[in-house]
Formats: sequence, structure tokens, C-alpha cells
Amino acid sequence: MKVPISWLKDYVDLTLSIEELAKRLTLAGMEVEHIEYYGVPGSDLVWDREKIVIAQIVEVRAHPNADRLVLADVDCGGAASAGTALHQVVTGAPNLFHLKGQGRLDQGPKVVFAKEGSVLYDGHEAGRVKMTLKPAKLRGVKSDSMVCSEKELGLSDEHEGILLLDEDAPIGMPAADYLGDAVLDIAILPNVARAASILGVAREVAALTGQPLKQPLYELHGTGPQVNEGVKVEILDPDLCPRFTATIVRDVKIAPSPYWLRRRLRLAGQRPISNLVDVSNYVMFDVGQPIHTFDYDKLLKRAQARGDDRPTIIVRRAKTGERMTTLDNVERELNSENLMICDALGPIGVGGVMGGLETEIDDHTTNVLIEAANFNFINIRKTTQQLKLPSEAASRFGRGLHPAMAPRGNIRAAILIQQLAGGTIDTGLLDNYANPAETVTVTLPVAEVKRVLGFDLEVEKIAQILESLEFTAEITNQKHLHRAADAVPVSEIVVTVPDHRTDISGPHDLIEEIARIYGLDRIPLTALNDEMPPQRNNPSLAFEERARDLLVRVGLSEVVTYAMTTPQAEAKLLPGERPDDRPFVMIANPISAERSHLRHTLLAQLLEVAAANSRHHAQVALFSIDKVYLVTEDGPLPDEPRRLSLVLTGAREPESWTRAGGHESDRTALDFYDLKGAIEALLDGLHLDGAHYEPIEHPTYYPGRTARLVIDDRHIGVFGEVHPQVREGYDFPEQPVVAGEFDFEALMAVVPGVSRISDVPRFPALTEDLALIVEDKVPAEKVQATIMAAGADTALKRAQVFDVFKGEQIGVGKKSLAYRLTYQADHTLTDADVAKIREQIVKRLREELNAVLRG
Amino acid sequence: MIDQLSAIEQEALAALQAVNAKDALENWRVTYLGKKSPLMTALGDLGKLSREERPAIGKRGNEVKSALEAAYADRVEAIRKAELQHSLTAGALDVTLPGRPRSRGRLHPHTLILREMYAIWAEMGFQVYRARDVETDEYNFELLNIPPHHPARDMWDTFYTVTPGVILRTHTSPGQIHAMHEYCPQPIRVILPGMCYRYEQISASKGIQFLQMEGLAVGQHIRLGDLLGTMSEFSRRIFGPDRQTRFRASYFPFTEPSVEVDVSCANCGGTGCGVCKYTGWLEIAGAGMVHPTVLKNGGYDPAVHSGFAFGMGPERIAMLKWGISDIRYFWGNDLRFLEQF
Repeated sequence: MKVPISWLKDYVDLTLSIEELAKRLTLAGMEVEHIEYYGVPGSDLVWDREKIVIAQIVEVRAHPNADRLVLADVDCGGAASAGTALHQVVTGAPNLFHLKGQGRLDQGPKVVFAKEGSVLYDGHEAGRVKMTLKPAKLRGVKSDSMVCSEKELGLSDEHEGILLLDEDAPIGMPAADYLGDAVLDIAILPNVARAASILGVAREVAALTGQPLKQPLYELHGTGPQVNEGVKVEILDPDLCPRFTATIVRDVKIAPSPYWLRRRLRLAGQRPISNLVDVSNYVMFDVGQPIHTFDYDKLLKRAQARGDDRPTIIVRRAKTGERMTTLDNVERELNSENLMICDALGPIGVGGVMGGLETEIDDHTTNVLIEAANFNFINIRKTTQQLKLPSEAASRFGRGLHPAMAPRGNIRAAILIQQLAGGTIDTGLLDNYANPAETVTVTLPVAEVKRVLGFDLEVEKIAQILESLEFTAEITNQKHLHRAADAVPVSEIVVTVPDHRTDISGPHDLIEEIARIYGLDRIPLTALNDEMPPQRNNPSLAFEERARDLLVRVGLSEVVTYAMTTPQAEAKLLPGERPDDRPFVMIANPISAERSHLRHTLLAQLLEVAAANSRHHAQVALFSIDKVYLVTEDGPLPDEPRRLSLVLTGAREPESWTRAGGHESDRTALDFYDLKGAIEALLDGLHLDGAHYEPIEHPTYYPGRTARLVIDDRHIGVFGEVHPQVREGYDFPEQPVVAGEFDFEALMAVVPGVSRISDVPRFPALTEDLALIVEDKVPAEKVQATIMAAGADTALKRAQVFDVFKGEQIGVGKKSLAYRLTYQADHTLTDADVAKIREQIVKRLREELNAVLRG
Repeated sequence: MIDQLSAIEQEALAALQAVNAKDALENWRVTYLGKKSPLMTALGDLGKLSREERPAIGKRGNEVKSALEAAYADRVEAIRKAELQHSLTAGALDVTLPGRPRSRGRLHPHTLILREMYAIWAEMGFQVYRARDVETDEYNFELLNIPPHHPARDMWDTFYTVTPGVILRTHTSPGQIHAMHEYCPQPIRVILPGMCYRYEQISASKGIQFLQMEGLAVGQHIRLGDLLGTMSEFSRRIFGPDRQTRFRASYFPFTEPSVEVDVSCANCGGTGCGVCKYTGWLEIAGAGMVHPTVLKNGGYDPAVHSGFAFGMGPERIAMLKWGISDIRYFWGNDLRFLEQF
């Protein structure tokens, strides 16, 4: 909310500099996000106090050589005895032309006059460009000064004519004193509806600076007919409209508002329109009560059409399907949750949200009915959301206003309309207070203040803080309840909550006020010294972090992708297949078409990320560990298991001068076995034995280059070279892409707790090589398992394949596998020991796999 | 014969002088000390000599042999030294060429900043408690003292799912309720990291998905001063000892009193600059004393127990700490960004 300092001063004297005030407000919960200065120090353009002053135009004469310029004689005070102190200004301001040739003016317009040497913004330049006023000749007439437009002063971009001030502007006063200002832009939190007005902010300033609040007067002096002879108000739903007040002002004249009001509205961010409209807005900003004005004659006509002598305003819930056209010329359909303002003929407004088109004030309005009412804030919020009609008024009602404000706002509006638009106010205020608010009192045990804040505050100080915020605070020490241990009397403060505070209901609310006004910067900082809770490990997180470290160690980089995606994006992983038919968690209000459902897989987005990075990286190796969201039958909330996904693509080795023929094209591409190596490194780091890999078919992957990881009979995941059709769905260069996705929860379940460490062998190991030929279709894993089974319970410790060969020499449909066998025992092995084991192995290979030793 | 031996010695020593390389040296050895060399032949033929001649010639022959062997050994050493010397001078590498690159993976900055925060909080006794992303309205709002249609709901632009009452959590705060339900009546000190979701236009400082880290302490003697002290300590440890911390009154429905925590701007040192929007301060957390209603909803008696809670944005903290200009980098996953960590 924008708070002009000059307006704030209506209600409180300022004892601090603007910057200091902004700081205090900020620390007290009203964050000043920005200060805009106009003409005063702090502004980009500071108006010189000697040179830029208020003046009066006393005569406008024709320019001898130009039709589009005039000469204005300006009186800027000082030794202004007729004529001698007048300055002649050459100006092209169109809003002075109608005064040309009228001779000496009795009540010439008040303007801002800038003398030679003044620094102003150039009115003819786009944007804000400073210039210094220098003597010049304009079409043959000497000119060394200027009457200013708003743009030249930096008040707005208005440069159509010069700025015309109100009649009472004091001649000779520095413009900085009359027009200079600073505007605080305050972020209003949801619980401080009370401060969404100038009066509300002034109240906070008064409490924070120890100054009295200058309360506005709410006295109505109507001289017209009794108001309740002019209108009746019936509230049928007092739960939604606790109070409705009305006044009538007759014979008003619609005109532009005076300069001071237009200026205040503009500084507050509101565009001035006409005096009647402006008053509604002004009162809302001023005291916080939204106002609605009706054209009284239109209401009367509608009443008379029914044969009534006066309008009856009926406040009721809408009937389902009831329609009305709101001020913005949109016909809206309503339901029984919406509160309507009606007359005998039907709806004339949506309560607290927007008025109706039919009874709106217009340029011909002469009699005005002013409505200031109070509404249930939850109902207002629902209606605002349903009709998508946010407004300043609805946002104030929607935060909760106290019904006490309605008559005050109404009286302010009536007085101001009369002041600006003339006319007479009907006698009395029609006040239908159908559902009076109860006065809130809170009992605050003084000990509670210390328990929450952590330090002692005198009971008198507490009471004084509360009183500065207009609470009444009654200290009761007389309760002779003694605590057994310390025998300190229990003090309590009985606090009555003022009616502008709708946010206070219990002791905690008061303690917050005490801390805020006392000053958070004065509260001593302490360290926790309460009982330390039982400390617990988080194995699930620890495992996740361990997996991350292991993958980073083998050269993969971690990425994080959005939970929200689309089923279509994930269907790219299943070309030509029936798409994933498991239900998705679907977003009811997606922010874009690309983020409409929660993911089932990490892989789709990981492939996107890998493809994007392939544009500028020769090697891309990525992983992600994150949640997927799976709808279950068990309840409304999805399962959120974690997945581990990996993608590798591009050059196996980074580009380097050390590579022979270091050209990019010479480098071999990352393939299936690079991915498998990364997976094995992870499993090794997790001390997981017994992993095995089953060749399988999967639509995401290349046939024959796809494996399933199985550990302890649990399916952990599938990986392989990405199917060319899938790869084409992403923007990859022509190169293999290998990828996989694993069930991280399943992986965690098979990982052993603590792995035991074995002694380092004391005797040397023996190694020997064994090359054999088997049918091509025999998986290496089977050969390996056969070797290890044959050597079980012997000195055989390890068999490592070190060469795979296929070729004519060994026959079609065959392959040669060469293994390095490592033997180890707790004594020195002899060749004879090993020969015996080897014999067993060869025999078993021959018998089970029809393997032949390669000569 | 003696003269002959002396001649062999002279010739051999002279030849050795000319030898400069290892293979030539080996040739020399074969020629002059090999089995078929004149010296060895002569020594082998000693038996053919007369008993009188034999001692003198034998002695001389062995002297020559020893002399040649010694000279040979010297030469071997000299050549080895020369070759070493040569290799030491001729084998210089350009040590300024880059090394052979090793592929090195990187942790995402989310992980890096979270780990740093975990470590600091762990030392203060706060441990990680994680909760679900998809939540009920009840846990995300109602149990946190935010009834339906409460004005405070304006503070969170929520993603709803098509299942009524099921939303994407807008903050990690529902985890407070889960933790309280799990641990009541024990005291609690936990941090609750996790992804949160808000219906916002993506910009340099806001995203639809972001990390949050909530903290919760519940006990019998926890005071506002403890919250302020603890937050100051955290800020000093994550940003450095020179950073100032300040507290502003604020409003959250689940805490009262509520505060916002600001640290002095590292960029300008608190004098005001574009980074801190000329305030000198940067907001890092919202916090407050747990609202009695929330304590009650968690199973604790607010007349006996009290607590504090805070919520901070790890991405924002990472941005302030490492000078990251745009929150979208965290989600862009561009290796040119990730490789800087």
C-alpha cells in the first residue's frame, strides 16, 4: 500500500526522519519496500526552495509573434506591490489560453513557478532528462522562467498543460513545502487489514513513536429530510452482512476533484475520475472502509415503478441462477453462496464486490445514496474467487473489517461529497446493525509473556505498550493465587480489544504485539538450553547421499528435474506401445500444458536434459535420484517412491591433446558397457554382491542391448542402449545413448547393513589364464558362474574375463572367452595344487556348457 | 708372451676409451673379455706353457684381466652416468601442457547446499525428517491454523490435484505436524527439507517448484530469544562471521510471534545496492514461535510446551552464498552451470 507522508501527517505528527520511520515500520511488521520521493531530498530531482515556488497568474496576454504561445504575468509573492514583482513567462500551455485577453484576473490560477537557474525535467524529452532554465528568446520575446507541468516537476508524465493548483495554495511558498512528498510503499500482511489505510498506518506510527493519534471526527450534520424517509434497508442474511449504513446527499454537482485530492489519489496509486467516484476511493484509502455510491434517482424510479414511495434496499443471498450486470458491463450468474444488494425490482450489486450497472452514478447524477456496509470476509473471498473480480474493496473486505467502521466511513464520505460537490445531506444515518460484533476481551497472564519471549518485562510496560495500540489494559495483581515454589503473585492483564483489531483473540496475539512494539532488536539472543531430544539417524537419506557420492565418483553429474510433466512426454519412452495406462496424479490448475501431471519416471526428463547438454558437451553422463508419484488404491495420496535414473552419451574420454589423433571423430562413444560399469561401480561401492543381469526386451531400449538388474530375486531396474526410435524423439546427435532407471527403494532394501572387512592375504596369489570356446548364445554370466561353482571350496578366489573374441578361426556361432583365474590360500600354492583345481573347472565347463579349451 | 699380454692390455684400454654407448661396450667386452678373446685364450693356454714360464705369465695375465675388468666397470658406470645425464637434460616435458583429463561428476547445487545446511543444523541437534510432497489440505493448511478461505491462504498460490482435498504441498510445514504426531510427547529438534510447489509465474527469483527447509524445535522451555539466537548462529555459520542478522515482525498463521530473518547484504556490506534493492538486507527465512493451535494439533499441550519453527529457501541461500543470479539455473541443468560447482 502506498502511504504519502503528507497524508499520514493528517493523523500523526512525525518525530522521525522518513528513513528512520521506514525502518521502524519495517521491523514492526509493515515492511517498507520502497520510498518514492517527490521534489524533496532523496528524489532524483530536488526542487530548489528559492527558485521553485508557488505563484499566481495575474494576466495572460497574447504573444506578439506566435499564436501558439502566450505571455503570462506571474506573481510569486515577496515584495509584490502591484506590478513591480511580476515576472513575465512565455508559455504554450493550452490550459491558459482561455484566459488570454481577459485583462487583469481577479482569481488567476495558482501555479508552480520556476525561476532562472532552476533544474527541472525537460517536458519535451521522452523519459526524465534534467535541464537548467536559462534565459532565452521565444519567438522574439525574452524568457528566463517557466510555469511548470507535472512532468517538469517529476510528479507524473502529464505535459498537456501546466499544473494548476487549488485556490488556497499560498503564494511564494517553496513548492517543496507545498507539493514535495515521500511515499512509503508498504507490504501489508494478511493479518494487518487494520493497516490497509492511511489511518491504520498512522495508528502504528503513533504506537511506535509514542505520539498521540489525531482521531478523525465522525460527525454528521445533515440538514435535509430524514434519511429513513428516503430509503429503507432490510438485511435478510445478517450472517453475511452484519451491518449496512446509508446516507443521502442531494443536489450534488459532478466535477473534477480539487488538486489536493487528485494528487493524494495519484500518490496512492489511484486514477482520479470525478469528485463522486474519487470520494469513494479516497475514503477507502483514508480510513479503510470501502464505499459504494448509487444514483439515488435511479433507485427511486425503480421503486416508483412498483408503486413504492421510496427505495428499499434488501440484502440477501442470491437465488441460484439469478443474473445481473455488474459495473464492468458483464452479465454474471450467481448462486446462493453470493450475497446480493437488491431493491424491490431485483439485484443492484454484488455485496462488497461490485455494484450494478443499472443504478450506477453517471455524469447526470444529482442525488447520491452512499452505502458503507460490513460483510462476512470468507463469503467475500469465495465470491471474489468465483466471479474472478478482485478489487481494492473486495481485498479489504476479504481480510476482515470490523462493523464499527461502516458508519465512520459513510459519514466521512457524506461530508467529503458535500465539501467537493455541494448539496445537502439528509438528516441522520440509516444504520441497520443486524448482527452486532461482540467486544473481545483477553486475559493475559504476565508470566506467559516471559515464557514466550524469554525475558522479564515490567507489567506496567506491557500495559503501556498495549495502550499505545488503543487496547485497554487492566492490571490485576489481587489474585492471591501463589505458586508454591516462588510465592510470586500471579499478575494478569485484562485486555479489551479495540474495534479496529479483528486479529486478536488470545494471549499469543497480544504477546506478538508486545514483542513487535517493544522492538525485536531489543530482545536478548539466547542459545537453546532445553532438553536435547533423542538423536536419530536417517538411513534413507544417508543411503541416498551415499549413492550420489558413488555415482559422482565414477564421473556422473547430478541433475534435478520437475515433478510436473505430461503423460505425452513420458509416452515418448514407449514408441508404438500402448502408453502407460497407470493413472497419474493430475493437476487441477496446471500453470502450463507442459506441467499437468506428476511424473511416473525420471528418465523422460533426464533424456531431455542429456539431449540439451549434448549440444555443447561431447560427453554427457548424468544421474538423478528423486521421487515419482504413483496413484494407489489405498487412499487419496499417491506413493512417492524414489527412482535412480542414469543417462550416458557421447565421447568415452574427454577431449585432450594426450589422446592419439585427438580428433573428436576418432573418439569412441560411450556404450552399454560404460553404463554397466557405472552400475557395477555403484553396487560395488554399496558392497552389494550377487547382482545378476538378465537379457530382456523392453520398448524403451534396443533389442538385444537391454538388461534387467536382479539382486536377491528382486527386480531393481532395466537399462540398455536407448531404442533408436526413442532416441529420435529427443534432440540427440547421431550417437548411441545408454540409459537406465532403477527402483531406489528396492535397491536400498537389498543393501547389506554393515560390511565386514577381511584380512589382507599373507601368502602370494597364483594366477593363470584360461581361454575357452563356447556357443555364442551362452551368456558370459553363466560361464563365470560355472567356473566359480566348479572352484567352490577350493583356492579359486576370482575369475575375471579379460578377452572376448569372435571370428572365423573359432567357427561360426561360437565365441572365445578368456578368463584370468586367481587362486589364493592360507599357504603357498604350488603348480600342482592349482592344476588339480583347473582340471575340475575345465571338466565342469565341458560337461555343462560344452566348452572347449582354446589351444 | 708378457709383451703380448701388455699389448693386449694397451689395445683393449685404448679401444675402451673410444666406447661411448652400451652396445659398443658389450662388443668391447666380448672382444676383450669374452671366452674367445685373446686374453682368455692366452689364459686358457697357460697349461701349454712350461712350468717355469707359467707363474709369471699367469700372474701377468690375471693382472691384465683385473685391469680390463676394472676399466670395464668404470666405463659402464661412466656411460650410465652419461646416459642419465643425457636423459635428464633431453627428457624435459612441457609441464605447462594440461594433464590427462579425468571424468569428474558433480553434485547438484541443491545437494551441496542441503548438505552444508544439514551439517550446521546437526551440530545444534537438529536432524533431518522428510515428508511427502503430495499432501492433504488438512496437513498443508488446516492443522497449521489456516482454515479454508482464511485470508492467509493468499500467501500461497496452490497447485490442486483433481482429487478433492489433495494438493501439492506449498511449504514443508506439513512435515511439522507429521513429526509432532510421530514424536509426541518427546521434545523435538528436526529440519524438514523438501520440494514445494506454488502456482507462480517462473522468474529469476521464483519458480513453480523449489526447495524449502523447515525447522522445528519443541520442548518445555523454548523462548523467542532462543529462536533469534539460533537463527543468528545459523546465518553466521553459513554466510560467515561478519554478517549481521536482523529480525522483522511478520505474520504466518502457524507461528506467533512471527518474524522474518534478514542478513546484511554481502554484496554491499549493508550500505545498499541493486542486489538488496537498496535496503542493505536480504531475507533468508521466516520463523516464529509455534502457534498454540498448531502445538495442540500436533498433540502437545501449549500450556506446558512451546517451540519455534522456521522455513528457509536453500536455493535462495545458495544464490546469496555463491552469487547465483537466477533461480532458473537450478532447474535448467545446463552442465556449463553445474560444472562450476
